[in-house]
Amino acid sequence: MIDMDENDISFFKDGLRLDGRRTDQLRPIKIEVGVLARADGSCYIEMGGNKVIAAVYGPREVHPRHLQEVTRAIVRYRYNMASFSVEERKRPGPDRRSYELSKVSREALEPVILTSYFPRSVIDVFVEVLQADAGTRTAGINAAAVALVDAGIPMKSMISACAAGKVADTIVLDPMKEEDNFGQADLPIAMTPNGDITLLQMDGNLSPDEFHMAVEMAMKGARDIYEIQRRALVEKYSQLEAPTVEVKACE
Amino acid sequence: MSSVISEIRKDFIYNLILKGERADGRNFDQYREISIERDVIKKAEGSALVKLGSSQVLVGIKMQPGEPFPDSPNRGVIITNAELVPLASPTFEPGPPNEIGIELARVVDRGVRESKAVDLEALCIVPGKQVWIIFIDVHILDDCGNILDAASLGAIAALLTTKVPASKFGLGDDFILPVKDIPIATTAIEFNDVLMFDPDVDEETIANTKLTVITTANGDICGMQKSGTGVLKPEQIYRIVDIACEKAKEIREKFLEA
Repeated sequence: MIDMDENDISFFKDGLRLDGRRTDQLRPIKIEVGVLARADGSCYIEMGGNKVIAAVYGPREVHPRHLQEVTRAIVRYRYNMASFSVEERKRPGPDRRSYELSKVSREALEPVILTSYFPRSVIDVFVEVLQADAGTRTAGINAAAVALVDAGIPMKSMISACAAGKVADTIVLDPMKEEDNFGQADLPIAMTPNGDITLLQMDGNLSPDEFHMAVEMAMKGARDIYEIQRRALVEKYSQLEAPTVEVKACE
Repeated sequence: MSSVISEIRKDFIYNLILKGERADGRNFDQYREISIERDVIKKAEGSALVKLGSSQVLVGIKMQPGEPFPDSPNRGVIITNAELVPLASPTFEPGPPNEIGIELARVVDRGVRESKAVDLEALCIVPGKQVWIIFIDVHILDDCGNILDAASLGAIAALLTTKVPASKFGLGDDFILPVKDIPIATTAIEFNDVLMFDPDVDEETIANTKLTVITTANGDICGMQKSGTGVLKPEQIYRIVDIACEKAKEIREKFLEA
């Protein structure tokens, strides 16, 4: 979080944010299911200015072999940013940030994957960030969860991810780039629809009260995203199956 | 979470937890004994050896002039690295840092950076051209659990002893590194709805959810990291945060405030 003279930037105009959102409003989200032909499951997501694509391969044989687990499948998650996805060209390949994000994102999804159904195999999740605009890890997790469903991986539950932040001493949902760069805190979470939290990170500065508010706001955001994920999946699969699936309306 | 534990040991710990006990007799929110030795490495600009129970972590600070980042031309730079050297645990392997080492370094870094513990503006030499670079190097010597809290404690303790080596580079007199806050990381694991602070290595192995909360001197939260493949309920998170604030205050007052 860059420490700027906060007066240099005003985050609110007439009670609305720079992009016209309310403090508790998500950026527009678009989800497409099954966008890659070779992958077993895939998903493309746009969350505000983020464009992220996720693919799932597997369950399949583990290479290298020594990574095999005899009682369950292992899950691998690779978060990768395209060099052109950010303002200043990012050197291609993994850096320390992407190693950490890959780890926590994998741990966000693994709790709901029924890995014991597929001993000695691997479920590979690949996430490519094509355009970044704050919130790429949550966008990646949302896309990956949908791609897992699309791949037919048995899961106990869905996972939805969303961040809350603090700008000009106000808690806001789903911070965009300016709010993330010059804001005071960022708190991404991932959770199941019934409120089990599988990812929680925080940086910046929040009082315990602000922390409660931010968690609650992020959880509400994640619930709304769940509806959008669900609708995207139902839309795709209701085209293939008998059209008896009830599409639940969302906003 | 990565090491191996025998089923019988696991059962033993599990049954103890059901009785509300821990293998070493601690309360669930009780830390092991902490000791901090400062300035143990004379060649480093600052250093600290932290013992948390039997866990041992050595943190060394080196500083040198270098180029600032383009987006913060008048601020010093912090670079945090962690070495999980193979002498510290049978599960550590030689080679470049793996994701556990990278995560550890990044969470230690988060505490120092987000609490604004170091006055980075005071580390500007020539704006846009030359600033002080602080290398925080974490060396894990003995992993008996919760090395993250030990490493964080070591980092801030070492920073508090750091002297900027200006004369060595012909940049005037040496001066004490300006440190403005004392971030403390506190880690808890969740197992069967029991929250245990400062887990030892067996407890870390049986639990699959861990939450680290980093708090500043005024009681705010400046960093958090959930780790592991389990889930946490919001109420559990709030409970961990409450206890973490308390524990951090105790540790800060007892060991780091003059």
